[in-house]
Amino acid sequence: MNTPDVTTHETGREVTAATPADTFADPGLPDHKDRLADKDPKASRRAELQTVILFAISVIGTISMMIVFFTVPLDGTTAGVRTQNLALGLCLGFALLGIGLGAVHWAKTLMSDHEVVEERHNVATEPEDREQAVAALAAGVKDSGIARRGILKGAVVSALALFPLAIAVPLVAEVGGDWNIGKFRHTLWRRGTRLATDPTGRPIKASDVTIGSAYHVIPYQEDIPEDVRPGTHGWIDEKAKAIVLMVRLDPAVLKEAEDRKDWSHDGIVAYSKICTHVGCPVALYEQQTHHLLCPCHQSTFDVADGAKVVFGPAKRPLPQLPITVDDEGYLVAQSDFLEPVGPSFWERLK
Amino acid sequence: MTTTEATAPAPAVPTTPAGRAADYLDQRTGIGVAVKAFARKVFPDHWSFLLGEIALYSFVVLIITGIFLTMFFVPSMGLTTYDGPVTTLQGQTVSEAFNSTLRLSFEVRGGLLMRQIHHWAALIFVASAVTHMMRVFFTGAFRKPRELNWMVGFTLLILSLLAGFSGYSLPDDVLSGNGLRITDGVVKSIPIIGSYLSYFIFGGEFPGHDIIPRLFTVHVLLIPGLILALVGLHLLFVVLHKHTQYPGGGRTDKNVVGFPLFPVYVAKAGGFFFVVFGLLALMGGTMAINNVWNYGPYDPSPVSAGAQPDWYMLFLEGSLRLMPGQAEVVIGGFTLSLNVLIPAVVIPGLLFTFLALYPFVEAAITKDKSPRNVLDRPRNVPTRTGLGVAFLTAFIILALAGSNDLIATHFRLSINSITWVLRFALFIAPVIAFWCTKRICLGLQRKDRELVLHGHEHGRIVRTETGEYFEVHKPLTEQERWLRVNYTAHAPLELSEAAYDATTGEKNPRYRKAKRWSALSRFFFQDRIEPVTPAELEAAQHHAHPAPELAARQPETDGRVGS
Ligand code: HEM
Ligand code: FES
Repeated sequence: MNTPDVTTHETGREVTAATPADTFADPGLPDHKDRLADKDPKASRRAELQTVILFAISVIGTISMMIVFFTVPLDGTTAGVRTQNLALGLCLGFALLGIGLGAVHWAKTLMSDHEVVEERHNVATEPEDREQAVAALAAGVKDSGIARRGILKGAVVSALALFPLAIAVPLVAEVGGDWNIGKFRHTLWRRGTRLATDPTGRPIKASDVTIGSAYHVIPYQEDIPEDVRPGTHGWIDEKAKAIVLMVRLDPAVLKEAEDRKDWSHDGIVAYSKICTHVGCPVALYEQQTHHLLCPCHQSTFDVADGAKVVFGPAKRPLPQLPITVDDEGYLVAQSDFLEPVGPSFWERLK
Repeated sequence: MTTTEATAPAPAVPTTPAGRAADYLDQRTGIGVAVKAFARKVFPDHWSFLLGEIALYSFVVLIITGIFLTMFFVPSMGLTTYDGPVTTLQGQTVSEAFNSTLRLSFEVRGGLLMRQIHHWAALIFVASAVTHMMRVFFTGAFRKPRELNWMVGFTLLILSLLAGFSGYSLPDDVLSGNGLRITDGVVKSIPIIGSYLSYFIFGGEFPGHDIIPRLFTVHVLLIPGLILALVGLHLLFVVLHKHTQYPGGGRTDKNVVGFPLFPVYVAKAGGFFFVVFGLLALMGGTMAINNVWNYGPYDPSPVSAGAQPDWYMLFLEGSLRLMPGQAEVVIGGFTLSLNVLIPAVVIPGLLFTFLALYPFVEAAITKDKSPRNVLDRPRNVPTRTGLGVAFLTAFIILALAGSNDLIATHFRLSINSITWVLRFALFIAPVIAFWCTKRICLGLQRKDRELVLHGHEHGRIVRTETGEYFEVHKPLTEQERWLRVNYTAHAPLELSEAAYDATTGEKNPRYRKAKRWSALSRFFFQDRIEPVTPAELEAAQHHAHPAPELAARQPETDGRVGS
């Protein structure tokens, strides 16, 4: 390790030490070219003045910033905030650029531009130092007797290996809440939960839904437990799973699987709005093609055909919410979704 | 400076106030040693060395503006009713985080400026880190002894992506919430532990009410702390190794040529900090960014088309977009979402592994063990340069895919066809880019040889007594020539192991591995162009005006080795 490595390739040339005749000689540093300010005292004085001006611009910038700050009030309108922001930004910009450009200009025109050569030293430790270092370690190991005292070594290693558990176990146990990953298999939808419009929360009558129209749907707040109603924190978690996109199609174009014939009502179908790719809300409905497009990665679902994927990175169709109407003509869910909504996960089918 | 050793001759008693202060400090810290070592430390000069400085300075700006933001930002998902000046949002239920972001923007004087500078600085921070890394890669600044510092820099890059992501998610608006939702989906796709990992991050179901406070701690404490520590280590290494320098007369692997730290670099680098900060302030003042009040508070239902993540996340977004969904499979009842895992974990994993390991691979196939302090001109290492450009091409294609919807609406193209084109391009374009770049490098090297051997064309045609015509060439100056001949063209490694043991006749277990390395080495160095040797130059000058075809062929036959 201490002798310098000289690698020779049989066919190639030596990598590190080429024979001198083989290569050109280093011509040494190029000659120094004097700048204007090096030769001409007038140019030098001009450069100095320019530097002074740049620093003066900075002072003016800072003072103007103070003036703007104390005189231009914030009126709360977007336009007012923008104006103040613009003024403050420009002043601060000049305050900083004045210093920066001044210092750089000074260095470039007035400070010495003669290149200096410094030798590099080996990064590696000198051989004697290295020997002493190894000897010091060896002496320490011998002194501790760690090599002979096998049981002691075992005890030290086990203690050190085990103690992190004391921090990791409480952390891991608490960090995931109740760790009940079964929760995201269920949503707020129950038998009889009315479909309501998002965000107004009004229940929807089947008779009001015209062919071709699409609704963003949430469960009606009267039909869900109080602690997860809109305005509560639980609501956001539940809404993140329960959102539905509902469309009324011309029954002539609607293709339905045999076992799902009674999941729709009069051409009205409801699908989970959470993309089966990685979970964005699938929000863009195209009436002519009945395609539903996820704006995140453009998975495209055909609403007229079981919301199956026609393009993009999602694999599975959007889960369908079985719906019907109640006695008053309101659209209601027949049950919860029959499969977990949203992105796939390992134990989804278990 | 004074010394504290008793035997040393008594130092002169300082008389000036500055001298007395220095003496006071030195008596207690011995700082004189450090000043002596650093004041005239030499740094080489080149514009490309500024890229790392930009990264450093934007980080400082991030800290300064970030501290301002922490004074007002409330990292809580508790709900409140908005009653601030933004009329469109009045009466809405919003989180404390969103509420305080609006307060920062509309009610704290200078708050919007700080927010916008902070966000622009974040974008510039990552951009300059990436271009800095490119500079290091293409010039071979990662070679011995700097491999470890490359790893430190690589870790810094990952941390800066995490910093940006965690910051972007703090204001709790629709865009950042959807970003978190995508994260949740990606995490859930991880086999076996995915669902648990999601709970680990969100403290329960998505979105829960822990994620913003957790991200806040990550964003203002954990990651900046780590970045700060690693930046320190990074710079320590730079001082220890001394900066690399571009090739040129008088610059060798054993010296460093440049300007002294004090005063030239103090003024230049210090000034440059203010320039970067000043430009960021102008950006924050003139260019609106992340107007969260237009997006609204996070709500799981709405999402806007054409929304873009910050630029450094585009490649991940694009990678997700390009993957066809068919890749999701069910094995024994368990769902394996390869349609998410491959683009979000495998592809970035491969890209980043390439980056992390590259210096070690190159060291293994050159077997070059000496310190390399003079940088490569990218053309002199054609395969590395080609690989770097191929890497960038793949990255750019993924980023384009991340904006395929904008491309589609802007150029009125079908999004499906763009996606298909990009799917193929991801595999084909890097190969083409590699091949073209390598050819261009070899071409430039050949041109260098040509120049060294025959000098600059003069445009003057001379007729000899015998009636021949030839063009007068002006020979290169020594400096010009040195720049073009001072490099090593590595040759492929010879196979170091025999297939069978010579004495026992048994199969050599190390043979196959050695064979693979030597094949890789051949891939790198088979096509190579040797620098002109003095003998060649002399020969060329000897036939000062050789028959034209001979002159053109010369580098081909003499210089180029291999296929
Ligand atoms: C390490 C590099 C950093 C990056 C890349 C980064 C990036 C970001 C980004 C993109 C945002 C969103 C800003 C917006 O548009 O509202 C943000 C917000 C924030 N950052 Fe940073 N940041 C960094 C360091 C820091 C530091 C050091 C602090 C504090 C000491 C900090 C404090 C904050 C705070 C409080 C917010 C939320 C304020 C708001 O949303 O208005 N950041 N950060
Ligand atoms: S989340 Fe819908 S396509 Fe990715």
